[in-house]
Amino acid sequence: MLSYLFRRLLATIPVMLLVAVFVFMLLRLTPGDPAAIIAGDYASDAQIAEIRGKLGLDKPLAVQFMVWIGNMFQGDFGESFFYKKQVGELIAARLEPTLSLSLLTIFLTVCIAVPMGTLAAYRQGSWLDRGIMGFSVLGFSLPVFVIGYMLIYLFSIELGWLPVQGYQRIGDGLWGWLSRLILPSLALSVVFVAFIARMTRTSVLEVLGEDYIRTARAKGQTETRVLMRHALRNAAVPIVTVIGLSFAILIGGVVVTESVFNLPGLGLLTVEAVLARDFPTIQAVILLFSFIYVLINLAIDVSYTLLDPRIRY
Amino acid sequence: MSQENVLEVKNLTVRLPKSADRTNAVEDISFTVAPGEIVCVVGESGSGKSVTASAVMGLLPEALKPSSGETLLQGEDTLKASKTRLRDLRGTRMAMIFQEPMTALNPVTRVGEQISEVLEIHTDLSASERRARAIEIMEAVHLPDPEKMIDSFPHQLSGGQRQRIMIAIALVLDPALLIADEPTTALDVTTQAQILKLIKEMQERRGTGVLFITHDFGVVAEIADRIVVMQNGRIVEHGDRDDVLRRPKEPYTKMLMASVPSMTPPERVPRTGDMAVEVSKLDKIYGRTGWLSKDRIVHAAADVNLHVRKGETLGIVGESGSGKSTVARCIARLIDPTSGSISLHGIEIANLPQSQLRAHRRRVQIVFQDPYRSLNPRRTIGQSLIEAPVNFGVPKEQALQTARDLMELVGLSGDALERYPHQFSGGQRQRICIARALTVEPDVLIADEAVSALDVSVQAQVLELLDDIRERYDLAMLFITHDLRVAAQICDRLIVMKKGVVVEQGPTKEVYSNPQHEYTRLLLEAAPGRDVTFGSDTAA
Amino acid sequence: MSTASISPGRQTLWRMMRNPSVIIGGALVLAVVLMGLLAPLLGARDPADISPKDRNKAPGYETTVRDSSGQKVPVVYRLGSDTLGRDVYSRIIYGARISLIVGVSVAAISIVIGMAIGVLAGYVRWLDGIIMRVMDGLMAIPAILLAIAVVSLFSAGLTSVIIAIVVPEVPRVVRLVRSIVLSIREEPYVEAAITAGTRTPVLLVRHILPNTIAPLIVQGTFIVASAIIVEAILSFLGIGIPPEIPTWGNIMAEGRSVFQLYPHNIFYPGLVLALTVLAVNMLGDGLRDTLDPRFAKRL
Repeated sequence: MLSYLFRRLLATIPVMLLVAVFVFMLLRLTPGDPAAIIAGDYASDAQIAEIRGKLGLDKPLAVQFMVWIGNMFQGDFGESFFYKKQVGELIAARLEPTLSLSLLTIFLTVCIAVPMGTLAAYRQGSWLDRGIMGFSVLGFSLPVFVIGYMLIYLFSIELGWLPVQGYQRIGDGLWGWLSRLILPSLALSVVFVAFIARMTRTSVLEVLGEDYIRTARAKGQTETRVLMRHALRNAAVPIVTVIGLSFAILIGGVVVTESVFNLPGLGLLTVEAVLARDFPTIQAVILLFSFIYVLINLAIDVSYTLLDPRIRY
Repeated sequence: MSQENVLEVKNLTVRLPKSADRTNAVEDISFTVAPGEIVCVVGESGSGKSVTASAVMGLLPEALKPSSGETLLQGEDTLKASKTRLRDLRGTRMAMIFQEPMTALNPVTRVGEQISEVLEIHTDLSASERRARAIEIMEAVHLPDPEKMIDSFPHQLSGGQRQRIMIAIALVLDPALLIADEPTTALDVTTQAQILKLIKEMQERRGTGVLFITHDFGVVAEIADRIVVMQNGRIVEHGDRDDVLRRPKEPYTKMLMASVPSMTPPERVPRTGDMAVEVSKLDKIYGRTGWLSKDRIVHAAADVNLHVRKGETLGIVGESGSGKSTVARCIARLIDPTSGSISLHGIEIANLPQSQLRAHRRRVQIVFQDPYRSLNPRRTIGQSLIEAPVNFGVPKEQALQTARDLMELVGLSGDALERYPHQFSGGQRQRICIARALTVEPDVLIADEAVSALDVSVQAQVLELLDDIRERYDLAMLFITHDLRVAAQICDRLIVMKKGVVVEQGPTKEVYSNPQHEYTRLLLEAAPGRDVTFGSDTAA
Repeated sequence: MSTASISPGRQTLWRMMRNPSVIIGGALVLAVVLMGLLAPLLGARDPADISPKDRNKAPGYETTVRDSSGQKVPVVYRLGSDTLGRDVYSRIIYGARISLIVGVSVAAISIVIGMAIGVLAGYVRWLDGIIMRVMDGLMAIPAILLAIAVVSLFSAGLTSVIIAIVVPEVPRVVRLVRSIVLSIREEPYVEAAITAGTRTPVLLVRHILPNTIAPLIVQGTFIVASAIIVEAILSFLGIGIPPEIPTWGNIMAEGRSVFQLYPHNIFYPGLVLALTVLAVNMLGDGLRDTLDPRFAKRL
């Protein structure tokens, strides 16, 4: 098992390296002098020269890349040109809101989507199924920010139940923290629920057509147990896979949701950095998000060995 | 009670959905199964035999509804039983085993749990008692080392072992009726023989009534006490085994019996034509080892030597995984051999690069197993038939004319060229594929399980057609099959393969009458119904 | 039905035209297309017209303006005005053009590029490993982040937004095409064509690529939907199309600061955006069910 884990971890290195190359090349692929781009439109030649020196732009590309990667490994993500701070510090300060929002959203989503999809599959063709599938198409089509503003309007402005925007640290009180996260998580989970409910339905439907389901029925097993013991257990692998893949949607959604609800997290940092053309920050955030995404999917791959005895390590 | 029938099907009719090509899946059928009796329901595809089985179990798909009749299980009508009652009956008084042992077991649950699930549903036994019972029944179906195997997952067992587990699940509560729906169709012939023996043993020891669904008359001959012959949803003939097999009354049954190939090869004159294909020291290895992965290496063919003369049919027989198709695909260069030589009329093609190979492509043509996937569904039959000749420079008009002639040769009308594959039956498509293979006047025709997916009556016609064209065009034919009956009738010489290795070869007659290798003997003994000559007493 | 030969393609077309999702979704999409094309005929004024005295007005606000000849003419702000006094109704109508252009061009470009790379990966063994590793790398970056990263490099504008959305879509198309190519090349009818001496390019065009058409039409429809959303997101975040160009995302971006007082600047464009995406998705669902039932599993 350990050697399997190690092998899998090793296998993610090329992918991460590729991501690093993409992110690194981003700035170099831009037409024009990267130093001038970073420095902005009103920079003096001296400022541009200084930036060029800092980035080592006068050295060959491969050397630049190695230096850049080497620094990353030492936890040095460079200095933000806009905030004039270490990018590492910036990210650390913005981690909590993003983490809170993501975890709450995943929790909400899985609790809602998996039972919904299962029920729809079980009652395939019924009004319940059509309703759930209809909701799913709708959820797919409603952009996060539209839902976000609708929720703010309804619950914060009209009803006045919840704060409009902003964030409060969990250390400063649980309710204050939760009350500011309910709406963003709800808004963000809609598209996520739509996606996972639909995929759950597909997976369960497929499993329900399998021969061993017929075997279970031929044994005299009740329909509920056929569903719980045979269908869901077998549908687990595709469902978990989809949950892993939808983290990409989640991360994208975080950027938008944090902007709508003014949550000072990594998503908002990304947008601020792009607006300020703060490249070291952009690069670091993208690398970080991609790294997390790859790790999550690695964890999910490894979880298959627990869910399905046919998959050996 | 013992006098009473276990199952009595009375005037059962099951309606098909409106879109189907006939109104009823089964129509007004009646038959009985007595305790300790094996009744075989036999028929070709679409005869309604499986629907009958599912109707008794209450496992019909939603779209099919029994519209009249009764299916009495020990006097109780299962068609009228409530869902709860039906669940109580399943597993306790009637049980079922299915065709695909690979998919009929839940892949993520241990086999022991799957057996004891039946006990959990229907009895109050404790977990340890259930386990003991499961081991007991596993022993009864002759599974090796049940104490250990009980904790295995299905994928760790062989196909035959899985089917034994299925039988254990079905019989653990000693049901009065066992329904077996093509239980050996997916198994290799040697495994099939063992499973048939097991079913018979179980049924005799426990006095179970068995309703056995199959399309294979060899199996019927092996196992049936009585036979119900079905066609298009109706019962055509019904009687004791020997009556139906040897003295069929109805024309349809007579035709079926005449279609079953005999296990006795006819006399054949040795062919002395020119050498068409010569293969020597052919090796094919699949898989590689990478530094991050642990791929398995499979030696699909090892040191295979064979030759086929013009006008001769060489059969390659073997069970699944024997490498018989690998050899054929290497000769057609659909896959590249790892090493060895393949010579076509003295030209070495084993290592020719694709660019030079093209000129030789037309010499070797293949007819594949699955008639439904062998023709591009988007192209008309005509387009499919002229593809090869046009590739080799024949003018389109001329190619079309040849195609029309060939269609008539294979027994279809020339108009069929305008149509699409979905408008033809499986047997017709296989004829079309044969016509397609002939468009480029090949020297070698490979038939890769070409009749295996066909119903027995269609199979007989296609076999005849293949033999005809072999004769007419003086073709060298390489006939790949797992079916020893078919091989007996069509092949001049035989090669027997096992796990990539040729274990025996020789003239068909000799191989059948005096097999040299242990494995060949095993195969021949396993062939079901080998002693029965079908329809023998009806000779005019 | 006559005995005449019906091609499988025509049967599918017939089934498609009777699918309710296709009909409803298709009709709505057509409505949006017409809205964009016929903008000037729908009572839309110049979407860039600024009117400082009519800022942040509620829907239905009526006033008068001087036309080119100095005449006072009455005008109605059907859906209110934004912070610069521009007519939201007109901006929404014209915004349809940008959304559709982005959606359709992103889908077309990513399918063309994805198909070319996918065929290469599926048919050229030694390229497969390299291509798929690169695609894995691209897929490891969440789509919106990748789009944001690309857009941050170029100056804001329609082209850069389209490129930014195409880049993350391409690997998905590549995967789809490659998987179809790999599975179809094992089909006996393809092997029969190989033994018939059909050359590889012909083999691809005649026997393999037709199988990608249905899934790509379906996939393409979903790409249109997601591209429209991503464009709106980028514009909304202020990093997409320049703010003076009327797009649904830009209208909402403008409405953000005054949302608590004048929510209509966000709701109306949001509603039209959601309806459009819903229509495209419905069309995609219907197409998937009729054109390519197996696709449901791959999605």
